[in-house]
Amino acid sequence: MAHTGRRDAPELPDFSLLKRLARDQLIYLLEQLPGKKDLFIDADLMSLLDRIANVTTLKQHEVDKLYKVELKPIVSTSDQLCFLIRPRIQTVKWIADIVNSDKASGRFRRYKIIFTPQKFYACETVLEEQGVYGDVTTDEWAFYLLPLDDDIISLELPEFFRDNFLEGDQRWVTTAGSALRLVYSLYGPFSKVYGIGRCAKMVYESWRDQVEDGEQKARQPEIGNVFLIDRDVDFVTPLCSQVVYEGLVDDIFRIKCGSVEFGPEVTSSDKSLKVMVNSQDKVFNEIRNEHFSNVFGFLSQKARNLQTAYDKRRGMDIQQMKTFVSEELKGLKQEHRLLSLHIGASECIMKKKTKQDFQELLKTEHSLLEGFEVRECISFIEEHINRQISMIDSLRLLCLLSITENGLLPKDYRSLKAQYLQSYGIEHLLTFANLKQIGLLVEQQPGETLTVMESKVGKLVNDKTAGKLTDAFSSLAKKSNFRALSKRLVLIPKSGEEYDLRVPRDMAYIFSGAYIPLSCKLIEQVLERDGWTGLEEVTRMLNGHEFAVTGGTNGTEARIKTDPQRIILVMFLGGCTYSEISALRFLGREKGYKFIVLTTAITNSARLLEALLDNHA
Amino acid sequence: MAFVTANWNPLGEAFYRKIELYEMGWNLKDGLRECLVAAAPYGGPIALLKEPQRRSPSVRPQLEIYSSSGVAMASFPWKSGVVKQLGWTVCDDLLCIQEDGTVLIYDLFGNFKRHFSMGNEVGQSQVVEAKVFHSPYGTGVAIVTGASRFTLATNIDDLKLRRLPEVPGLQGAPTCWAVLTQDRQSKVLVATGADLFILDYTACTAVSPPGLSPQATSIVHMCVSFSYKYLALFTDSGHLWMGTANLKQLNVCVTFFFASDRHFIPSYHFSWCRRPKSQQPSVVIMWDGHILVAGECKNTISYHLEGVSILVPELDGVRIINGTHHELLQEVPASCEEIFKIASMAPGALLLEAHKEYEKESQKADEYLREIKEQNLLGEAVKQCVEAAGHELEAETQKTLLRAASFGKCFLSNFPPEPFVSMCRDLRVLNAVRDYTVGIPLTHTQFKQMTVQVLIDRLVYRKLYPLAIEICRYLKTPEYQGVSRVLKHWACCKVQQKEEADEVIARAISLKLGEAAGISYSEIATKAYECGRTELAIKLLEFEPRSGEQVPLLLKMKRSQLALSKAIESGDTDLVYTVVTYLKNEMNRGDFFMTLRNQPVALSLYRQFCKHQEQDTLKDLFNQDDDHQELGNFYVKASYKEKAQIGHLQSAVDEYNKAKNEFAAKATEEEMRLLRFQKKLEEEKGESLVGFSLHDTIRTLLAVGLHKHAEQLYKDFRVPDKRYWWLKLTALAEKEDWEEIEKFAKSKKSPIGYLPFVEICVKHHNKYEAKKYVSRVTPEQKVKAHLAVGDLEGAADAAIERRNDGEISTVLSRCSPSTDRALVERLNRAKATAAKK
Repeated sequence: MAHTGRRDAPELPDFSLLKRLARDQLIYLLEQLPGKKDLFIDADLMSLLDRIANVTTLKQHEVDKLYKVELKPIVSTSDQLCFLIRPRIQTVKWIADIVNSDKASGRFRRYKIIFTPQKFYACETVLEEQGVYGDVTTDEWAFYLLPLDDDIISLELPEFFRDNFLEGDQRWVTTAGSALRLVYSLYGPFSKVYGIGRCAKMVYESWRDQVEDGEQKARQPEIGNVFLIDRDVDFVTPLCSQVVYEGLVDDIFRIKCGSVEFGPEVTSSDKSLKVMVNSQDKVFNEIRNEHFSNVFGFLSQKARNLQTAYDKRRGMDIQQMKTFVSEELKGLKQEHRLLSLHIGASECIMKKKTKQDFQELLKTEHSLLEGFEVRECISFIEEHINRQISMIDSLRLLCLLSITENGLLPKDYRSLKAQYLQSYGIEHLLTFANLKQIGLLVEQQPGETLTVMESKVGKLVNDKTAGKLTDAFSSLAKKSNFRALSKRLVLIPKSGEEYDLRVPRDMAYIFSGAYIPLSCKLIEQVLERDGWTGLEEVTRMLNGHEFAVTGGTNGTEARIKTDPQRIILVMFLGGCTYSEISALRFLGREKGYKFIVLTTAITNSARLLEALLDNHA
Repeated sequence: MAFVTANWNPLGEAFYRKIELYEMGWNLKDGLRECLVAAAPYGGPIALLKEPQRRSPSVRPQLEIYSSSGVAMASFPWKSGVVKQLGWTVCDDLLCIQEDGTVLIYDLFGNFKRHFSMGNEVGQSQVVEAKVFHSPYGTGVAIVTGASRFTLATNIDDLKLRRLPEVPGLQGAPTCWAVLTQDRQSKVLVATGADLFILDYTACTAVSPPGLSPQATSIVHMCVSFSYKYLALFTDSGHLWMGTANLKQLNVCVTFFFASDRHFIPSYHFSWCRRPKSQQPSVVIMWDGHILVAGECKNTISYHLEGVSILVPELDGVRIINGTHHELLQEVPASCEEIFKIASMAPGALLLEAHKEYEKESQKADEYLREIKEQNLLGEAVKQCVEAAGHELEAETQKTLLRAASFGKCFLSNFPPEPFVSMCRDLRVLNAVRDYTVGIPLTHTQFKQMTVQVLIDRLVYRKLYPLAIEICRYLKTPEYQGVSRVLKHWACCKVQQKEEADEVIARAISLKLGEAAGISYSEIATKAYECGRTELAIKLLEFEPRSGEQVPLLLKMKRSQLALSKAIESGDTDLVYTVVTYLKNEMNRGDFFMTLRNQPVALSLYRQFCKHQEQDTLKDLFNQDDDHQELGNFYVKASYKEKAQIGHLQSAVDEYNKAKNEFAAKATEEEMRLLRFQKKLEEEKGESLVGFSLHDTIRTLLAVGLHKHAEQLYKDFRVPDKRYWWLKLTALAEKEDWEEIEKFAKSKKSPIGYLPFVEICVKHHNKYEAKKYVSRVTPEQKVKAHLAVGDLEGAADAAIERRNDGEISTVLSRCSPSTDRALVERLNRAKATAAKK
């Protein structure tokens, strides 16, 4: 598959610069507190920091001991404490407690808080309220962008999703704007910016404001167009089970900051192994975008090739052997290691996915997407809940049902929720409140029972009420968005036709040919039309907030498809899944684009829903 | 032209020249006699306070401010206390240091700005002497009191008073002292008699300059160079010591011995006269109508002075101001010396000569040019001419030199044009500001040091807006730093014109500023507000395009509602939060909540904060809004954090009822029931159950064999049959209680069918038990059941019986062709017949 794409795909810009910038700034900040010091790091910044500066680098700049922030009393004996944290009130409060307890015991230390990527006024208020504002120096590590791979950059801000879409807290909008601004200043100017969603619009405006403050430089752009999209434009895609290799690995092993920890069951030894999964891993790079059903074929082919390469040794004379050992053997060994790792991982995935009737689960998902046999789906979900198979999966199916059906029937809504509470506990009352607020799990308003009516409508043709029904239909057509969107954008390929997953026709291959991700389809359409014209109906159903703005360069220039013009930055606000990235890579190969994904965090169904649980407080 | 060197005087290797800058425009009766005078460096303004010591209350001394050319800028009678010292800040503000330690600050036009004190302890002992000094940190003030204590403030805009340690043995005023800036700290160098001390913030250190003549019994004068790098000491024995300011290195000359009698000791002024890249260090000493330039050699240059004069040290010379004249004394810059020195053969001199001949249309021009070109020095010659032009003050001389440079440039193919062009520009600007009406006599060296920005600022302080704008445009300064900045200052000045109406001013400002980039209307509005014109400020704020900028001022003006909506408009949550915090402290609770209610963005922000910091406030907030749903959620959350669970849940039920959320209310009630049940059971059986869901509770009960209690829950909570069966089946299987399972299977018809029985047995590796249930499985699931227990034949039979193509294929795929050949054949046959039909 990697070979079918257009050959003239443009080169990607070099993002390692971002890491260097971040590293230099961190070192500078550490040196602002001269002398030996202990460094406390927010737990979720640990893997992030790993990618920027290793322990040796930190030690070189007089970091004595490293601790993880655990919100418990500390044991450090150092006279200088440095805290590297996200701007969260709890953490700041914890630091204030440390300072105050030191004061009470008459201990003198120097404290420095480095907020990343920025500090918030609320955090400073906490310091002030706790009476330690003068005792602590604060700084900002403006580390916005972590390149996870050649074409993926992440803000690593998982809380963006909940804060922005559930709590209505817009404080991260400026952060996202600043991140975009950084990309712009290093790789811009952009020729066109498209976007959809409320947050996307705000981020765009925040970026514009920030750019106007500074000066603009004329430079050869490395990125042509930008597409901003809110996660809540498309909740369906991240709620589906992933079946592309990279997505599966994320679903099952959880990829963290571009690296994954394979347990003993994968490594077939008694140790776990942490590996980076990106394009540097040659084996992974070949299978990451493949549908899982092809992966074994690929891997065994690969294994055969490897064996042939090894076999070359036979019949070599000494000289040849020498060159073989010095030149090829190391590469082969490396490949061998990776190969056995990924075979192990695939086996593990197979085991897990067959155990819980994965096929049944997929079938249900596909039925929901297509909108038939809904009743069967509901019983399946019911059983899923009753058997307490998986808290998150049950919730995921419920949400998928609600979105695709534009809400649940009042009766189902109540009974499913009640059963869910019986299975997983009363605290999910709050989860349901959250899901309702964000619109993932809602009750149909009376008279909106679209699917049910649709299924019955055939029988009712002769009925007198048919006239009334059509009235009802037209009124609810506006609201039954997913179904209508899917029709309008042809998201569901015609069923019945055989879909060869080895030679994908369209982006639907990432869901076994059952569904083209809405988010990616939108991007494709907008790029094709160079704007939103002709998609008015679609945007209306998505609650609008779409925009397309021509950037600094003038129109004629933008029309020439130079290489950078075909490099497109897609910014997901609220996270994106590996499946979506695979789909975009496929789209890029088909159309001769290169996509760069800039996301607030990598997400999947589990992360998305866990963010909406309310048992963490 | 011929007289360029007329005012040159040699001293050792170098020449010195004294150039007249202005004939003073002021009309002073007594010259500078009995006046306290302060002139700012860089051609700054001059302040005069006549007869400051006169204490009679009836006659008030007059404070006058002039430009460097003697044009009056302000004059007013001094009404405050006795002034000890005048001085200028880097921003052209006048500092008046009073005897009682108070420092009053006036602007260029004599408007009072503010005042500060040099410390309370000064009050009784009084200021004996004071000095104003400039450092990279701004303008500083140092005083010494009658109690011989020094107090120092490095930057008056960020006032931090430092009381310096005592000087041992010092009584009364020291003989002389100076302020040094070293190692990023301001220090005081004090002389008492022959002893020298350096005072920093923490210590007083005795120092002895190397090579100071031991004959000296007292150091009577000292002065520090403009750059703080050099120090000169003058002793009562008539020795002059010049060295570096750190006193480590004797720079040049100890032995300068220029008089033995002491009548000049009370010399009035003493100053360095150097320039960057000076050829020799030299000091200017002035007394009784005499001025003396002393350098490395034994000679001196002496000038006669008329009337009382003052010396103003500059970066590249000394200005001398007296009642009628304003002069500049400096070492002749190298390039000028090269060109104009008599009989000089330097390339520049030759080029100048060549150009002169050329103008006379003489062929000698060619000869001169050839001479330079042969030495390959034409480039050097042009450079010298350009440079020298910069150092000349006469426009005619400048022109001659520039013309010569331009002439020489014609014979060079790749000489970079920038130095020439920028010099022409600079000179045009310099000549403009040196003009008598403006009165800023800057040299080119000073101008480069001070930068255009600062010059523009100075012009702005003098309210010379048109000239400032012209200069910005002429030098093509970016709008943001140039024209816009000037216009902003103009507007700030404009809003202070009280006689004009708000409307008129607002319109005038918007008309003039409309086009300019990077104007901050909020700053102008702030100024208007400071002048007490709130209405005008609001009008001006409306022009501010960035809503975020409007917020701080709106808050200051107590337009908090407006500020809040502007903050939200800006999209900057920090700003919103600032306003929210402000409102919280400013308003009473009810109003505060009401305000938030109308601003969802602010509300959610505040809620987020409360969630972490003030749970109770959160509750009040929901209460205020009658948001019973959220209140219910709040109590539910509280219930699993705190002890009084039932109580919280009851409150939640009440709230949910009020919110008409029957479902939630019922669910919560059930939870309460479950909780009571769990607690009771915990007490009775010691099984830990609290916190479990209903499902988990039942499973635990079944696991420990409390079937009756499980049954009770099943009935009480109307658990669906399917769930109960699944639950019980799983729980029993986990215990491997096969007997109980069999009993259970037979108790009544299974609502989940019997396939799960088969599967769960297989899962626990008990095929024997599994087989018991295969027969009871519904026909549709038979094949699956048979396959699960590994009975291929049975599966085949079932599939064939059902004539189901798919099922037959499934079975086929499980058969291995070698061992189950008969079976495979049978299945294939059945498949064929099924296909026919």
